[in-house]
Amino acid sequence: MRSFPGRAGVWLGFLALLLLLPHALSYSQQEILVFLTINILLVVSYRLLTLTGEWSLGHAVIMGVGAYASALYTKELGIFVPASMILGACTAALVALVLSYPLFRMKGFYFLIGSFAAGEIIRLLWKRFREPFGGPKGLKRIDPMPDFDIAVWRFDFFEPVSYYYFAAAVVGFSLWLMRRIERSPVGLTFHAVHWQDKLAEASGVNVRAYRTLAFVIASGFAGLSGALLAHYIGAVNPNMFDLELMVFILTWTIIGGTATIYGPVIGCIALTIINEIVLREIGLEQMRPFVYGLLLIVSVLFLPKGLESLVQKGLARVARAKRGEES
Amino acid sequence: MSEKFLEVSGLGMRFGGITAIDNLGFSVEYGEIRGVIGPNGAGKTTTFNVISGFYKPTAGSVRLRGETISGLRMYEVARRGIVRTFQHSTLFTEMTVMENVLVGTHMRYRPNIFSSIVGRDAEDRRRARTRATESLEFFGLLERASDRAADLPHGHQRALGLAIALAAQPEVMLLDEPFAGMNPEETKSMMSLMFKLRDSGVTILIVEHDMRAIMGICDYITVMNFGRLLAEGRPEEIRTDPAVVEAYLGSARDVA
Repeated sequence: MRSFPGRAGVWLGFLALLLLLPHALSYSQQEILVFLTINILLVVSYRLLTLTGEWSLGHAVIMGVGAYASALYTKELGIFVPASMILGACTAALVALVLSYPLFRMKGFYFLIGSFAAGEIIRLLWKRFREPFGGPKGLKRIDPMPDFDIAVWRFDFFEPVSYYYFAAAVVGFSLWLMRRIERSPVGLTFHAVHWQDKLAEASGVNVRAYRTLAFVIASGFAGLSGALLAHYIGAVNPNMFDLELMVFILTWTIIGGTATIYGPVIGCIALTIINEIVLREIGLEQMRPFVYGLLLIVSVLFLPKGLESLVQKGLARVARAKRGEES
Repeated sequence: MSEKFLEVSGLGMRFGGITAIDNLGFSVEYGEIRGVIGPNGAGKTTTFNVISGFYKPTAGSVRLRGETISGLRMYEVARRGIVRTFQHSTLFTEMTVMENVLVGTHMRYRPNIFSSIVGRDAEDRRRARTRATESLEFFGLLERASDRAADLPHGHQRALGLAIALAAQPEVMLLDEPFAGMNPEETKSMMSLMFKLRDSGVTILIVEHDMRAIMGICDYITVMNFGRLLAEGRPEEIRTDPAVVEAYLGSARDVA
């Protein structure tokens, strides 16, 4: 990397942008930024699940498992908040592991429907049992992230800016982990299972174990995103994790594309901007499902490889231009 | 030595009312090239699918060095040293040639997610890459290592299928129609690759329609018809075996 500003420079600039971003926004926009950050973790974890070729409809509920678990650990067991989030993520991963036994007897469409049914069962359990899940009204007054000071900075986590920094750090670290997994031989095996499961198995790959592994890891990160959400809002209820959220996850993923890790991120950011800024400005919030549906159709028709394909083309052009300069 | 290297005995495979394999038995010596031939529908591919663990046989057994491997899952059979290729070009088409072969090294260098994350698997990754490189070199594919598998010409794709299998360092390779769709030139180079493979200590089983290729490379041939063993012998014996000739051409009476 001889060229200025270089790779490190780009990353530093990006980091500075992320740090300064909330200060350029209004209070309500800062809140949206927190949700966006959490949703990015959710949608990237969903992509990890789809790496092995299976699409699930239970991911929103798995996020809820993390949210409920983390909330209950603080409420019932008095566990310190950031620790409860990690335990919540582990709980979501564990639930996914249990679900994987029946679910991975199925493939493709059957898995899709099976995962939806499994998710709905969990959601109905939350609704049905007032103890400990709080029934249809859910859980309220969940402990917030405790305040703390680092040198001269005070973090009051009722402030969206503070919580944004915290969430961004957690999400950034999670994204780095997921990227590392994907680029490792484990990730290569996920791709192999996706493209040709028979050939992978003939090469000695335990296909079902790898499908389960992807499902469990993805669910753990989804659970973490749920826990982040629960301790920010301070309340969870079964309807937060219903099919509507699942449709959003799918829309973000499809519009963004799944070939790269930044694809779903772009999808999530683009739709959040359209949703929260454009639609809210012109007062068409009620039209959201309609607009999402329309965008989904348009993107499948005209941009089947997602928004990421535009970025890939752009990067390729930059690389070509650079080579042209050098020669 | 009474214990056979690879032994198929009393093998039966039924799908509902259809008997695809019926009481099939043969054994393969270490280091030979064995052809399995027969008219269409004779049960050759089904036999392969049973040996490789793709199907569970309804009767009989397959033993490798005395250990029963029939009924095991395909990846378990692979881990015991029997690796198969598929009809047509079954590859990870969207991945690069190198990545394809790296998947083949999966058994030798089993990835571990935790050491991957903390970066303790550098040594394994390096060895896997070395192994994959050797396998690509063996099949003359090294200069195409960074191409997408889907972009390779047909002959190269077939060779890549073998390279993936070889990367797993198998004892036995089951090749399902390796010459299908190849021109004489490609067939010839594929045949010399198989001799090379055999000389490197791999026992090879081939299901094939291309008679000229099979007669040219096999040490021993098993002929199947209607799911049963029809004949067994050296290529020159098989060529003149009246039962085989009849199965392939119909009896002389029908012709006359």
